[in-house]
Amino acid sequence: MSAARPTESLRDAYGQTLVELGERDPNLVALDADLSGSTRTVLFGRKFPERFFNVGVMEPSMMTIASGLALGGRTVFASTFAVFAAGQAYNAVRQSICYNRANVKIVATHGGLLVGADGGTHQIIEDIGLMQGLPGMTVIVPADAPTTRAAVRAVAERSGPAYLRLTRENLPVVTDGTFRLGTAAELRAGNDLTIIAVGALVARALEVAEELGEVGISTRVLDLASVKPFDAPTVLRAARETGAILVLEEHTVVTGVGALVASVTSENYPVPVHRVGVPDVFGESGEPWALLDRFGLSKERIRSEAWELLRIRGKVQ
Amino acid sequence: MTEEAPAELVATLRDAAVKIRREIIRMTYAAGSGHPGGSLSVTDLVTALLFHELRYDPQRPDWPDRDRLVMSKGHAAPAFYAALAIRGILPPEELLTLRKLGSRLQGHVDRNKLPWVEASTGCLGQGIGMAVGMALDARLAKRPSRVYAVLGDGECQSGWTWEALMAGGHYRLGNLVAILDRNGIETDGPTESIMGIEPIADKFRAFRYHTLEIDGHDFPAILRALAEARTVTDKPTAIVARTVKGKGVSFMEGQHSWHGKAPSAAEAEKALRELGDPRGVPSR
Ligand SMILES: Cc1ncc(C[n+]2csc(CCOP(=O)(O)OP(=O)(O)O)c2C)c(N)n1
Repeated sequence: MSAARPTESLRDAYGQTLVELGERDPNLVALDADLSGSTRTVLFGRKFPERFFNVGVMEPSMMTIASGLALGGRTVFASTFAVFAAGQAYNAVRQSICYNRANVKIVATHGGLLVGADGGTHQIIEDIGLMQGLPGMTVIVPADAPTTRAAVRAVAERSGPAYLRLTRENLPVVTDGTFRLGTAAELRAGNDLTIIAVGALVARALEVAEELGEVGISTRVLDLASVKPFDAPTVLRAARETGAILVLEEHTVVTGVGALVASVTSENYPVPVHRVGVPDVFGESGEPWALLDRFGLSKERIRSEAWELLRIRGKVQ
Repeated sequence: MTEEAPAELVATLRDAAVKIRREIIRMTYAAGSGHPGGSLSVTDLVTALLFHELRYDPQRPDWPDRDRLVMSKGHAAPAFYAALAIRGILPPEELLTLRKLGSRLQGHVDRNKLPWVEASTGCLGQGIGMAVGMALDARLAKRPSRVYAVLGDGECQSGWTWEALMAGGHYRLGNLVAILDRNGIETDGPTESIMGIEPIADKFRAFRYHTLEIDGHDFPAILRALAEARTVTDKPTAIVARTVKGKGVSFMEGQHSWHGKAPSAAEAEKALRELGDPRGVPSR
């Protein structure tokens, strides 16, 4: 077994990178909606008070204001919790930002079940689906702090709207931080099975892959941090070379990354795709990691889906 | 115009409010998270509503003619749950399950779990609209129900709040009362330095509300305002209740840092001592 990987805060990584970008680009501005301590935009706000707008509890208008700032030529970062960024403000994101092709980077913290005790109202499990459905939107779900830093820099360099979904909890460092837009990173080589994961579940994918390795099963692990643009060639190569794909996401299976992988493979190279994600229900209050187990994302479940796929492909009895 | 509240009633409410504040500290400590500041500021208002003003049957949460309380600032759930417990509706032990897996006491009030919750809230700006809908429903059905919505002042930055308030004024909902917990503070700091909402009473007036301004910790004033609201039948009433965030716990009062974090054991103990709780800190 691997030693426990050190964990790091994705939110701190974001806040620090935003300050770094602000130092380099005097045209960069940031907004928040009364959650700057939690999203960590407070770091930018302290350093550049004249370029920081904490507009209070008005997420839809934060997005429209962000668009207006961007249409004048600025790079704009706007942050709040994911449930407010993608949920409360959806049509402002759709029209003011995406339709207008405004250069706004939405960095949404507190995505998914790992919000924990705040409960089901705050645990958005639909945001990846909502955001990837928007024409022109870039969608990134980092698995760790190094990817967060790289992704924040990558979206700042490229004009156009982007949505980054960050996790509230500190997460183990699983990548070397060489994130590239439109590229699914292969974190582990293997030919019997592919596990594709996003966000907090990438670490679980690696753990299960390692366990399978101990009994002679070689599992490929892809980190699909760049949900959109989607790396179809790498995913289809995995389908061809390993014959089965298991997708892990802290998101509803109805509209998530699993559904995306299943539709792309089914059109191009059909293989069995199983989805481990949140079933079609809202979350509830609880200790963050216990919620993953409660809602069907436990390691036992991932293991049993992996064995099921191996059986389907005739790789084990 | 309305009579002074009897001293006995005021004493009962004060006593209940102290007990509720103790439970807010105990339960947020036990949960390890939650929102003590805005729960303590709204305690006296919620106490006046649940112990006196609202007509409801504790045994029959679905009684159609009941008055309704919508906690639009759903993060003040601890104040609501504690009030139900002190009122004898919830078992007091249950309070310590706040925010835990499987509990009826979700982080934000949740009607799927707890039948005395009229509307699940948590995302700000939506409770007042649901209250308007309930008031319209009561009027259509010719039910005597009155609807009370408790709002936060940070919440009043949300446009949704004003859209819904506009509808309440437009439809002349005499059975609707919007109560603003004007504690002056939101998550990141004072409302007036983040996004000022003043002159807030004038805004309510402009939106066609019979508007009263009171000290939200003065029970006779709260009771007077609620009684006056009952006499206004051709428009909704807004009560701007000036409160202190963290009220009752010296080191939490007026501090935005206590908006959304639980006290440590030492802090909880200090708070409970100030509130005269002989039991001390619960086990976590
Ligand atoms: C739409 C929405 N945006 C953000 C939040 C996160 N949040 C919870 S409480 C709060 C501050 C609210 O301030 P206020 O209404 O004054 O509450 P109070 O001080 O009375 O507790 C914020 C921003 C939320 N719950 N809903």
